[in-house]
Amino acid sequence: MRFCALAVAIGVLVAPGVAAAAQPPNAADLEAELVCPVCETTLDQSTAPVAELMKKFIRERIAAGDTEQEIKAALVADFGPGVLATPPKSGFGLLAWLLPLAALVAGAGVVVVAIRSWSRRRVAPEDERALDLELERLVDEELARFDG
Amino acid sequence: MARRAKLVAQGVAVGLVALLFILLAWALLTEEGGDLAKRAARGERPQAPDFALERLDEKGELTLSSLRGKAVVLNVWASWCLPCKEEAPFLEQVWRQNEKRGVVVVGLDAKDFRADARRFIKRFGLTFPIVYDGPGDDIGGYGVTGFPETFVIDREGKVVEAFAGAVNAKEDRERLRAAIERALTT
Repeated sequence: MRFCALAVAIGVLVAPGVAAAAQPPNAADLEAELVCPVCETTLDQSTAPVAELMKKFIRERIAAGDTEQEIKAALVADFGPGVLATPPKSGFGLLAWLLPLAALVAGAGVVVVAIRSWSRRRVAPEDERALDLELERLVDEELARFDG
Repeated sequence: MARRAKLVAQGVAVGLVALLFILLAWALLTEEGGDLAKRAARGERPQAPDFALERLDEKGELTLSSLRGKAVVLNVWASWCLPCKEEAPFLEQVWRQNEKRGVVVVGLDAKDFRADARRFIKRFGLTFPIVYDGPGDDIGGYGVTGFPETFVIDREGKVVEAFAGAVNAKEDRERLRAAIERALTT
């Protein structure tokens, strides 16, 4: 019984992914993820002749049964990685994804250091007050000695 | 101690901004492509940026520097460019008429599908060397802003004259022939 429940659960989790993978890529989605090499806007925003040829190529490859990755790889082979609207999540392109995260972590570190520094400064007036009390005591002593 | 650290941090920040400013100024001053055509029009002979690109007409690679000693007519084109279609037969004619005089016509196909470019070569019966720059990385150095553009380069690799747009009008074709003669006399 437990085994059946587990199998159903796995099936429910995995089925949408399998179904999505089996579906042909959507031309409109791909046009929004690829850049026209002449006008440097995404294909869906461009009417440049080369962009129209690229849209035609995408439709033809979808009809031929190519996957999204195969279509993108074919366009990168001709137009270079700059044709991708977002950098690849591997190789040098991975830096574009990691650098903002690194900058975020570094920024958080700076904020923590700054907050610590400010909280230390807030303690200072109490120290100063303690020093003032000490001075006051010394002055009182001196005055008492002078009066005496 | 805290004051010293603050001064160091301020120094680093000012230094970084100054470094970025210097880099920007350097990039603007050393930009080769933007004024290549203007400099050639003023009678200067700016050095043509070298390239090493895959050939479409045969296997292998072609570098511009390997053509030193010859006058080069470098034509930047794409199969989807309409004026390029009108211009192609004229360039083939220039190549055939001047090949034995030490002139090389080089077609540089950019921002184009390889397969479309090959069909274009076949359709117009082009026999001169054709190189491929799909991403268009190497045309930036020439300051190419549209298609087609043509550069006449002398025997020392310097730009004699640049043509923005197709060399289809009679006066432009005469200008191109005159530029070839100047490139040959270097």
